[in-house]
Amino acid sequence: MRGAHRSFTRRGLLTGTLGSAALLAGGGTLTGCGTPAAQQTEEGCVSEDLSGAERTLAFSNWPQYMDVDEDDESRRPSLDGFVSRTGIQVTYTEDINDNNEFFGKVQNQLAACQSTGRDIMVLTDWMTARMIRLGWIQKLDRSKLPNVEANLLPSLRNRPFDTEDQYAIPWQSGLAGLAYNGRVTGEIRTVDELLTRPDLKGRVTALSEMRDTMGLLLMSNGHDPTDFTAAQFDDALTKLRRAVDSGQIRRFTGNDYAPDLAKGDIAACVGWSGDIIQLGFEDERIKFVVPESGVLLWSDNLLVPNRAGHKANAEELINYYYDPTVAAQLAAYVNYICPVQGAQAELEKIDPELAANPLIFPDEAMLAKAKVFMALDEQQEREYETKFQQVIGA
Amino acid sequence: MSAPAHVPTASGEQPASPAPAARPGRHRFLPYLLLLPGAAWLFLFFVVPLVQLAAASLYDPAGSLSTGYALTWSFDNYPAALQAYWPQFGRSFWYAGIALVLALLMGYPLAYAIAQKAGRWKHLLLVCVIAPMFTSFLLRTLAWKTILSDNGWLVGLLRDVHLLGPDGRLLATPVAVVLGLTYNFLPFLVLPLYASLERLDRRLLEASSDLYASPLKTFRRVTLPLSMPGLTAGTLLFFIPATGDYLNAELLGTPNEYMIGNVIDSAFLVRLDYPQGAALSFLLMSAILAVVFGYLRNAGTRDVL
Repeated sequence: MRGAHRSFTRRGLLTGTLGSAALLAGGGTLTGCGTPAAQQTEEGCVSEDLSGAERTLAFSNWPQYMDVDEDDESRRPSLDGFVSRTGIQVTYTEDINDNNEFFGKVQNQLAACQSTGRDIMVLTDWMTARMIRLGWIQKLDRSKLPNVEANLLPSLRNRPFDTEDQYAIPWQSGLAGLAYNGRVTGEIRTVDELLTRPDLKGRVTALSEMRDTMGLLLMSNGHDPTDFTAAQFDDALTKLRRAVDSGQIRRFTGNDYAPDLAKGDIAACVGWSGDIIQLGFEDERIKFVVPESGVLLWSDNLLVPNRAGHKANAEELINYYYDPTVAAQLAAYVNYICPVQGAQAELEKIDPELAANPLIFPDEAMLAKAKVFMALDEQQEREYETKFQQVIGA
Repeated sequence: MSAPAHVPTASGEQPASPAPAARPGRHRFLPYLLLLPGAAWLFLFFVVPLVQLAAASLYDPAGSLSTGYALTWSFDNYPAALQAYWPQFGRSFWYAGIALVLALLMGYPLAYAIAQKAGRWKHLLLVCVIAPMFTSFLLRTLAWKTILSDNGWLVGLLRDVHLLGPDGRLLATPVAVVLGLTYNFLPFLVLPLYASLERLDRRLLEASSDLYASPLKTFRRVTLPLSMPGLTAGTLLFFIPATGDYLNAELLGTPNEYMIGNVIDSAFLVRLDYPQGAALSFLLMSAILAVVFGYLRNAGTRDVL
């Protein structure tokens, strides 16, 4: 063993490595003190618009959220129409699959006021609210959006997180309500039925999206999701906890409830109108229900992030999609609620049956029952989200 | 935390030391030089993130994304996180433990059969063990959803033979989560075991039976000790990822089956509570390390460390 400490031993290497790692860790933590504030201001983070010189636009969207040609899936008729009408070349990327995941993807750049390489992106209300609050979204020039001014559905104007419609323009909207599979259970009319009916025990799912599930519960308690107190939230949460503890609710889901509902593994659920219309095409006994107490109206919004280089081009695109003819073309493909007035009349020319569908063009009665969830500040968002996550198990 | 880097080998203690004859000084740093690319990789993608995570676990819990987080050495994050989520912690180890026992019961005979009894079918059987790994983890778990479906043939069969009540189900129960864990990580257990058992010298088994040992005794005194390195490595490769897993609980379970991985996922992605997520990650890592060291000490294998 004479030469042992000289030679290359496993123990020596390990001690050395662990020792230097510990040293580095100590040094690293001392120097890397915390993270900087992510909050940006309009004055602090100025974006330059190159639209005059560059006729290009980078557009990030969710998969299957844009009409494609029936014969050639790589062609997108409405988008191609925009390109030929304006001469603006659009790079269209379907790289948004999940609001939280996408937030993780862009947060470092936006927190540091750097470009994400995107001129326009589509995010859901609550994420939109968070990004506006963080000062990460550019203000739009309303004078360049005459179609939006004229055609945006009244119930989608002046929403709580963007009271003057300056930052976020709806791309498509949808309802969060109840759904059931008529092959395995009878009709369901209220949230309370979903949460307590014995024959549904263990065959119910709710959405892991806090605002949708809690919004419906708040309304079932007679409270207003647009304006509620912490105590009212706790009441609704207690109701949910009871349904989880009793085993009534089987799981909390994202979009993945759809195949389970189709198979009949779950009999009823809290779900989104667009998914249920799709399922309804294949099996007419799968139905969407607007509960008496009310439904949640949400939107995915077109946003122009800070340091996007082509804001004016983006405004041209937004304005283009608020042309009722174009909106009808899109609505015929995506089956969500079309936020554009006048598109219904246009769709009647293409597909009268679809144009009569109240889940794509809701009537006054349905819109009267639809509410948008309150805009939460950062403190509330974390408090409510933590409480909700504890009930849903994480 | 990922799995330990090397599978133990039978030759253990004398690593490649420089030849004593030729100028030792010149070769003294050679091993370190050879280690350099790997070490640099580990430093950039393991040590640096680890240090960042350690720092994040000590951030001021009152911080937020918009105001930023200050490093306040808040060691309180640890007890607070443990207090809030100890059930999920316990559940992770409990489920991974049951899954490990199940996997051992299935995996040991399987590895033994492939290594010793399969003859010319050996390679085909090995491919059968490995082939499912060619598809993604997510897809395999989703396939289990179909197999265990309430209206599937399996549940129908179990109901017919009254192993399940008329309203009984498999999906969205702890059983499904444990089955998913067992299935998904089984190859990690079988492959190292196979490698050990394949080298097993059959003459030793013959010698044992010549000396009047019963088959059981032969197994206990000869086969098992000789397969110990593979068993140890396989157990660790199975147990460590199974404890930290969150996909099986998410897809096959309900909120009542969520494991600590689900909590960490939601802390980072949904609740944006970075200090708590980081503290939980470190707690998980230290708990696993403690279990692993305890196990290795008792298993008497110094080969892994």
